[in-house]
Amino acid sequence: MMLFLLRMSLKNALRHRLRAALTLAGLAVAILSFGLLSTVVTAWYAGADAASDKRLISRSAISLVFPLPMSYGEKIRGVEGVTGISWANWFGGIYIEPKNFFPQFAVDPASYLRLYPEFQVDEAERAAFIRDRQGCLVGRKLAQRFGWKVGDTIPLKGTIYPGTWSFVVRGIYEGRDATTDENQFFFHWAYLNEWVLQRYPKRGNATGVFVVGIREGSEAALVSERVDSQFRNSLAETLTETEKSFQLSFVAMTDSIVLAIQVVSYVVILIIMAVMANTMAMAARERTAEYATLKALGFGPPVVGWLILLESILLCALGAGLGILLSFPAVQLVGHALDNLFPVFHIASQTLWLQAGAALVVALVSAAIPAWQSMRIRIVDGLRAIA
Amino acid sequence: MTASPEVAVALRHVSKSYTRGGQAVEVLTDIDFDIQSGDFLALMGPSGSGKSTLLNLIAGIDKPTGGQILVGGTDIATLDEADLADWRAGNVGFIFQFYNLMPVLTGLENVELPLMLTRLNRRERREHAALALEMVGLADRMQHYPNELSGGQQQRVAIARALVTDPTLIVADEPTGDLDRKSAGEILDLLDRLNTELGKTIIMVTHDARAAERAHAIRHLEKGELSSLEINPRATPSHA
Repeated sequence: MMLFLLRMSLKNALRHRLRAALTLAGLAVAILSFGLLSTVVTAWYAGADAASDKRLISRSAISLVFPLPMSYGEKIRGVEGVTGISWANWFGGIYIEPKNFFPQFAVDPASYLRLYPEFQVDEAERAAFIRDRQGCLVGRKLAQRFGWKVGDTIPLKGTIYPGTWSFVVRGIYEGRDATTDENQFFFHWAYLNEWVLQRYPKRGNATGVFVVGIREGSEAALVSERVDSQFRNSLAETLTETEKSFQLSFVAMTDSIVLAIQVVSYVVILIIMAVMANTMAMAARERTAEYATLKALGFGPPVVGWLILLESILLCALGAGLGILLSFPAVQLVGHALDNLFPVFHIASQTLWLQAGAALVVALVSAAIPAWQSMRIRIVDGLRAIA
Repeated sequence: MTASPEVAVALRHVSKSYTRGGQAVEVLTDIDFDIQSGDFLALMGPSGSGKSTLLNLIAGIDKPTGGQILVGGTDIATLDEADLADWRAGNVGFIFQFYNLMPVLTGLENVELPLMLTRLNRRERREHAALALEMVGLADRMQHYPNELSGGQQQRVAIARALVTDPTLIVADEPTGDLDRKSAGEILDLLDRLNTELGKTIIMVTHDARAAERAHAIRHLEKGELSSLEINPRATPSHA
């Protein structure tokens, strides 16, 4: 019986070809748009999602713009539960022109790469980067974007640290995971510090953040508290948090944009739900006499309900399937166009589930009222619909 | 109250009224008669006389306001919706004025439809449906969709659908109302055959006097009441 209902529902769904084609196109576009917008939201959180639970970030408790003295490093290293430390400083340089933005960090190469095993780099290139104080390590996507190769000289115009800086590409790293940002630029903190000491001696030997490796993610709160307690009541108190919390604090600055995108994505689903509900209502009304005939022949009201529900589910499955399939090339295209803004832009499995879930909700909601009405209509009233 | 075994349908003081605009509208009043097994009865009357309502009550697709409707000894007025649906599936074949075929199903699939409610497997259903279509002379049109068939052919598919479950009772509501004279004649011939060769009890609502002539008896309704009974001497009851 179920097979028969499926076959009849499929035939009913495709009965009016133009209407079916337009409905399917609408569903596909809606699910595609929903997927794209959800992917933008996911990309917004990519930094937080890629964060390791075994890394903490220590920064000035007052503000990120205030540096921490390098002397803190050894104290942090001695805290129980800490397995290693490194440090990083935001550089904020411009490559040729401001629109070529990409994140640049002055880091301690050896310790930084130890704490970030997801940045995978050839051994020889790693050694060359560590050896050359003027060397830099760049992400694969960044290198592709500007056509950089190992050995190229990259000029950056400093904004926080004025002047023209030259770096030699010593290595290109690849992300171990799909969520790893391959759009970053790393160079020697020592190179930067040397420059600062020469011009602003009092601002030297300091860094923006300390990256703290810990034994277990479950100890994060405890170790954070231990680190911060080391510097309580000092001139530069620290605020230590998980890397994820640190990244989320940046996302929080733009959370109203994220909220707006999420709202728009759900509005798209609401609109297609209204369109689909109208389609199903029209279809059910046109077939009132057919459903009444089925009931007269002895089929119970649930059979009529299933026919309408299955038709709605089939239409939504076809439309959503098309939309989901189109999402892959669309995300690739959009991701390429927004590479600068979203270094990690790919469809998460969660997005695919959300798309499928949204399609199912649309199918069920759209069919609910027409199915209920068709199940309840009296046979004699239904047969009169064509008389 | 019970009906004798030869009586296919017994109507006992059946009444039907609707409430419209807060007022009760009496459609049928105190209908009381029997239909013998194997009979071919025509119900005639002007529009609004209640003949289609009476047919719907006998077929179990509507319920009376009062009285009893005994079909094969079962008072169908007391059955709930689910039991009534089961009863219709096993006991009644329907023929409608506008055929009421499923446009997305082929002729064979349309005839197979009532058999979905039986325990027959797919192969058996197909065999039964094909046999029914052969009986109505549409062996070569089984795979055609309704919109590929003429009105007369569609009504023959509907007749095949009505007889495929081998019901005792066939109800036909204006079966020739949408057909030209030639096709109407063919459909009436078919109904004749169902009655005389297969012994089906047929109740037919019609406006057409020529169609009614094929019946053994014609009951006239006037404003919801039985007004007269004509016995057709040219038609021979199958049970005679």
